[in-house]
Amino acid sequence: MTSRRFLLGFAALAALALGACSSGGDEDTIRIYTGRHYDLEEAFTQFAEETGISIEFLEGSDAELRERIAAEGEDTEADIYMTVDAGNLAQAAEQGLFLELDSPILEEAVPEALRDPGNQWFALSARARTIVYSPERLSPDEVPTTYEELASPEWEGRVCLRNSSNAYTQSLVASLIGSRGYDGALEIVEGWADNAEILSNDVIALNSIRDGLCDVAITNHYYLARELEEDDTYPVALQWADQDGNGTHVNISGAGITRFADDPELAQQLLEWLATDGQSAFVDGNHEYPVNPDVAPETLIATTFGETFVADSTNAAEWGRLNADAVRLLDEADYE
Amino acid sequence: MTAAAPTQGGTPEGQRVERSAGDRASQLGWPVVAFVVATLAVIPIGFLAVSVLDPNVEVWRQQWRTRLPDQLVDTAVLLIGVSAGSLLLGGGLAWLISAYRFPGSRLFGWLLIAPLAMPSYVLGFVTLSVIGFTGPIQNWWRDTFGQDAWFPEVRSMGGAIVVFTLVLYPYVFLLARAALADQAGGAYEVARSLGAGPFEAARRVLFPLLRPALAAGVAVVMMETLTDFATVQYFGVDTVSVGVFRIWRGTFDRDAASEFATLVLVVALMIIGLERVLRGRARFGEAGGAAAGVGPRRLRGAKAAAAFTTCAVVLLASFGAPTAQLTFWAVEEATGDRGTPLVDRFTEFLQNSLILASLTAVVCVVLALVLTNGPRFSRGRGIGIASRMTAIGYAVPGPVVAIGVVLALVALDDVLEGIGLGLPGVVATGSLVGLVYAYSVRFLAPGLNAIEAGLEQVPEEVTASARSLGSRPSSIVGRIHVPLARTSVLTGAVLVAVDALKELPIALLLRPIGFNTLPVWTYNLATESRFEQAALPALAIIVVALIPVGLLSLQLSRHAEAT
Repeated sequence: MTSRRFLLGFAALAALALGACSSGGDEDTIRIYTGRHYDLEEAFTQFAEETGISIEFLEGSDAELRERIAAEGEDTEADIYMTVDAGNLAQAAEQGLFLELDSPILEEAVPEALRDPGNQWFALSARARTIVYSPERLSPDEVPTTYEELASPEWEGRVCLRNSSNAYTQSLVASLIGSRGYDGALEIVEGWADNAEILSNDVIALNSIRDGLCDVAITNHYYLARELEEDDTYPVALQWADQDGNGTHVNISGAGITRFADDPELAQQLLEWLATDGQSAFVDGNHEYPVNPDVAPETLIATTFGETFVADSTNAAEWGRLNADAVRLLDEADYE
Repeated sequence: MTAAAPTQGGTPEGQRVERSAGDRASQLGWPVVAFVVATLAVIPIGFLAVSVLDPNVEVWRQQWRTRLPDQLVDTAVLLIGVSAGSLLLGGGLAWLISAYRFPGSRLFGWLLIAPLAMPSYVLGFVTLSVIGFTGPIQNWWRDTFGQDAWFPEVRSMGGAIVVFTLVLYPYVFLLARAALADQAGGAYEVARSLGAGPFEAARRVLFPLLRPALAAGVAVVMMETLTDFATVQYFGVDTVSVGVFRIWRGTFDRDAASEFATLVLVVALMIIGLERVLRGRARFGEAGGAAAGVGPRRLRGAKAAAAFTTCAVVLLASFGAPTAQLTFWAVEEATGDRGTPLVDRFTEFLQNSLILASLTAVVCVVLALVLTNGPRFSRGRGIGIASRMTAIGYAVPGPVVAIGVVLALVALDDVLEGIGLGLPGVVATGSLVGLVYAYSVRFLAPGLNAIEAGLEQVPEEVTASARSLGSRPSSIVGRIHVPLARTSVLTGAVLVAVDALKELPIALLLRPIGFNTLPVWTYNLATESRFEQAALPALAIIVVALIPVGLLSLQLSRHAEAT
């Protein structure tokens, strides 16, 4: 290859590259860094149709996107930071990345337990992390009804749980610390570690119940909903945990407006829409529960799991802050 | 360059003056360029590594009391297992293909590097879905032999070692095969013809000559394994890299995570050191012409069948079967009512991936040529040290590089702003420049290694002769070194391009808004455990990565035929 041909090729590539990253400074555009990946297109398209405001978003993972916003500072393009767990939202608030919002609409739509006490961020969908089991192998009175029960020796070798690197495991444990104290939570998690087969995702946990590796597991409710959507004879059933106690742990997908937003009012308009008129478009496709009590959940989960359940009322910000403790606790409990 | 060169009719004196001026410039030029490149490569990691100066003692103590000892053991076992597997598979297959002829041997020579195109995370999730406890194979097994019938635990250290070996052995295979086609093979033949038995010739001639290639290949394999944090998690293997992410994502303590990343770095440095030792001090410059390579013998009967079966099984397990499974899923999704999300933007993702991989490959090859050629035209050990330093990006996991690059570019942005050169918007992170920079920091090492190995085969005497005849360094590189080492240069480019095509975490963090690549698309579905829907994008990565891999295959077989 001669050097001239080489240079020509390189120049062509560079031109392509520059063309590829020309992003407009469009005024009526909201830009979002999001750790949530599913159903965004549908909801955002609908919002754009209704308001004429377009949305661009960058998908990634929660922690890294937060680091990026923090590093970019005022140069960041992100108007909104959206995640799939409360821990990173609480951390972003602590780092001073969010604006405090003054929005009666959001305060009305999102229950107090599901938003930051300082109104810096709001949950937009609720995902229950609860008990699932095999109705074929467990009679109704055998089905465990609390997180504690799964720590008792009778369940040894019969439980499937998700690994400790996962945010959902961490937030569940954080909420246990919030309600039971560190030592109480440690006792439960140590019991789990003794009893459980630890798996790398919730779908495998469900299929493991189907295939007989375990009788019971803890998963997010929508993974079961997905399986049931494809096959309504899928042999796994759901049990709301802790209904007579603290309630089922709910982890959230939520968002806040960054301190560096070009047009915070525009961004606020989107969050308000997502918490009200846009709730169904935002949560239904993934079978999540709406956070807004005035919005009904979609049919499949409403009919098979129920319209409502008792949810843990600890403020999400609190167990968001406890996430780091949860990781330490999981380490100490020798939970894989 | 051409304008400054003396014409044919130039006076002898003119030529001499021209040469010495150029020499002096290049004496200075090479180290300066090498130093700049090394600095650019080291800065992003340096930003993170400074946290080690003020270690978070509590976190270290807590980790040492809980997970760290097991993580160190897991890391060591995984690295040793994958290295041994890759040596055996990569070295063995290279020998089989180079030293023997059997039905399909030529074709296998082509095909056996195909697994390079297979990202380990893809083979990981396909393996777990198909052979894992809840997969169809084990379901069938239990239906046939009873619910409690024994089956090897797939989600285990053993499973991880097998998966990594299957996707990484081509690195050893490639380098070993190139060495066998060159000098090492030729010397073996000479030793045989001088009366040495096959074992003696192998022990005394072949292995010493093959050792640099094997060492380089295994070093790459170890680095890829060490810095992975996705595939290992599928298999429940808790390595030091996984530890970095647990701390970072779980406790939000980036400084503590950076400190743990330096632990990964230490392991990587040990690997590099090991490679240096294994490669040995000896340099085998060879005078006179291209080497003949090993002369293949024809296998017949049972031996031929065994050779064929070995190659076929490896290829099937590492590439054929998983690709077929992905195709099956992709077709199922395409014909079902759910469909693959965003499939209408396929060409855009494809184009982005191609641009990114090509730019990264070009940048890395140019830098590698500068760094590897420097020592030939300049005295002092500075360049050698500088080029060793650039391996640092390959020695830590991708997201660590990405965060380091964000911090470095933001700092640069601030500095520029401070001297009144404010750049518009987020040049730092929201641009392709930042992305290619991060990719190059991460993947310069494999390119550098390959090109360095190739250049080592060009005798110093050739360079010296060309210089004494008045050629300028840049034209020696362009007209002599690159053509002579062209297989290695292409290998380097391909290794970088393929790694870049498969790379996920850096793109995930650093890409401009709206700029999505094929791995990002796959990831978005796979993180939601939508593996069947992720089949189409995963398949697309493999098909695209096969292009550079095929190119390389073509060059290698040409090279083999030419010698």
